[in-house]
Amino acid sequence: MKLFEFMGKELFAKYGITTPRGKMVISPEEAAAVAVEIGGEVVVKSQILSGKRGKGGGIAFASTPGQAKEAAAKILGSTVQGLKVESVLVEEKIRIDRELYLAITVDGSAKKPVLIASASGGMDIEEVPEDKIVKHHIDTFIGLQPYAAREIFRQMGLDQGIAKEFYKLLPTLYKVFREKDCELVEINPLVISGDRLIAADAKVTIDDEALFRQKDLPHVEERTESEQKAHALGLSYVQLDGNIAVMANGAGITMGTLDIIQHYGGAAANFLDAGGGTGQEGTAKALEILLSRNPRVILINIFGGITRCDDVANALVSVKNDIGIPVPVVIRLVGTNEELGVKILKENGFDAYKMMHEAAARAVELAR
Amino acid sequence: MAIIIDENTNVIVQGATGNQGKFHMKQMLAYGTRVVGGTSPGKGGQEVEGVRIYDTVFAAMEEHRVDATCIFIPAPFARDAAFEAIEAGVKVVVVITEHIPVHDEMDIINFARKKGAMVIGPNTFGIVSSGKCKMGIPPNQFFIPGPVGVVARSGTLTYEIVGNLTANGMGQSTVVGLGGDRAVGLSFIDVLEKFEKDPETKAVVMVGEIGGNQEEEAAAFIKKMSKPVIGYIAGKSAPPGKRMGHAGAIIERGKGTFEGKVKALKEAGASVATLTFEVPALIKERLAL
Repeated sequence: MKLFEFMGKELFAKYGITTPRGKMVISPEEAAAVAVEIGGEVVVKSQILSGKRGKGGGIAFASTPGQAKEAAAKILGSTVQGLKVESVLVEEKIRIDRELYLAITVDGSAKKPVLIASASGGMDIEEVPEDKIVKHHIDTFIGLQPYAAREIFRQMGLDQGIAKEFYKLLPTLYKVFREKDCELVEINPLVISGDRLIAADAKVTIDDEALFRQKDLPHVEERTESEQKAHALGLSYVQLDGNIAVMANGAGITMGTLDIIQHYGGAAANFLDAGGGTGQEGTAKALEILLSRNPRVILINIFGGITRCDDVANALVSVKNDIGIPVPVVIRLVGTNEELGVKILKENGFDAYKMMHEAAARAVELAR
Repeated sequence: MAIIIDENTNVIVQGATGNQGKFHMKQMLAYGTRVVGGTSPGKGGQEVEGVRIYDTVFAAMEEHRVDATCIFIPAPFARDAAFEAIEAGVKVVVVITEHIPVHDEMDIINFARKKGAMVIGPNTFGIVSSGKCKMGIPPNQFFIPGPVGVVARSGTLTYEIVGNLTANGMGQSTVVGLGGDRAVGLSFIDVLEKFEKDPETKAVVMVGEIGGNQEEEAAAFIKKMSKPVIGYIAGKSAPPGKRMGHAGAIIERGKGTFEGKVKALKEAGASVATLTFEVPALIKERLAL
């Protein structure tokens, strides 16, 4: 779950990390009011879950409340990087002496949190050469210790003037990262402004699997309507662009099915891992979601181990008889009770296949 | 020979009285796995599927030598269950549970490392040494003993490929499920090292997917292997930035792409199948059968 910048900054502020004075607003009038409160120059920043906002016209400077109002009016409701802007953050413009980069994320290879820092902040971290990046893996049992902050500081070659602030910031950022079950906390740029360190931006991503124990955090919904419906049913679903709806049992085999469709020149409408043991009701609900996006064909790929093929076949037949399925269904059914399952399907007018690639080829053909 | 588990491995099932635990423990017993006990707090003394239940892992180990544990505990409590097994001295910890928070996963792996234990998973289908021992959830009927080692991130895709191998008369020595999450215990490189040392394994099939850099990391070792490696990578058609089912299956900021993985594997000397059913033919080719 990605947090908007203003939410990330609110979180940082709660932990005592310095952020620019500012407030999130949803109207030009409010923007002007905040500018008055702040006094002086302000930045008006679109709040969207994407980077490169400046390039897309999503960030503007304003010297007066009037200009802030104008800037907000232009940015609110506009589309930046393909996303609709529904709110803006109006912030004091801070003096930037130097821009640094600081982040903590999960290193899947080391299976540890890793702190990434660079004196080359304010730019895309992927563009920064390796030798300008400092990395430090953290042992979760001891956390980010003072000695580590000192060594990272030394490697960054920064001025002694902000050492104290830096030593305070790092363990605090790690605390946010751990206590809030983050996958990522990123401050880019981390601004040196006089003798202060200010988080000029805040990118925070919360581990979706930990949301059950992070009830205090705001909820940010990035899923489409279909994806939300599927999630509520416990189904793993991703909306895509094509016209062949897909349902399979298992994430890997679903990905494989999507790949084969593409291999034969077709396009999948979605990823749907219905998991094992989806009974009639579950199958009906899953099909409903697939049909709601008006596909040309439905392709079902079941490799049944625990899942029994006759159960799947019966579920499909029930759905057909009860609510009807207005598009052709191609189904590949293999595994436990395969013979019986295939027999039931054929008797009820379904195309039943044994080989995954043949079923996919047929589905692509029907979708043309 | 097989790797990690065999016919002598004593296994316990944590969460043996829950729906999943009970069902799969029964299947494991039917396969021939030496399940010496199960755990379920408060249910010590009971018997499920003929297996004695203990309140804790420590209790079970007072009466048995326990080599491995299969964890079917729900996500919010999985870390605690794994810690318990590791602390008690169990050396192979197979975590079937899905949806465990990544911070908990890092903690489990961290603790296991400190105690010299091996973690398989989380979010894995388990591990099977054909004809000897099965820990986890793959269906019993697809495996036959033989010379092909299989290591995979995905479950059903593995069944698909193993099913193909079996249908072509190519048996498996051990099939290892690494799990679909971002931070997992054993990675491809760890298992490849074991297969390279195992006399019974003559070729290795690697079933990877988008996300992370396990496959790229393994490539460095594949270059040095004496045994052929056949790879299949899922997710060629996946759009960047979207999590495709598995927590670890996501292309982020240009990293973890299909192309990158296939390139790394091919450059290391592995044969890479485009479609799943090509795997047996590639094995035949590489083993000059």
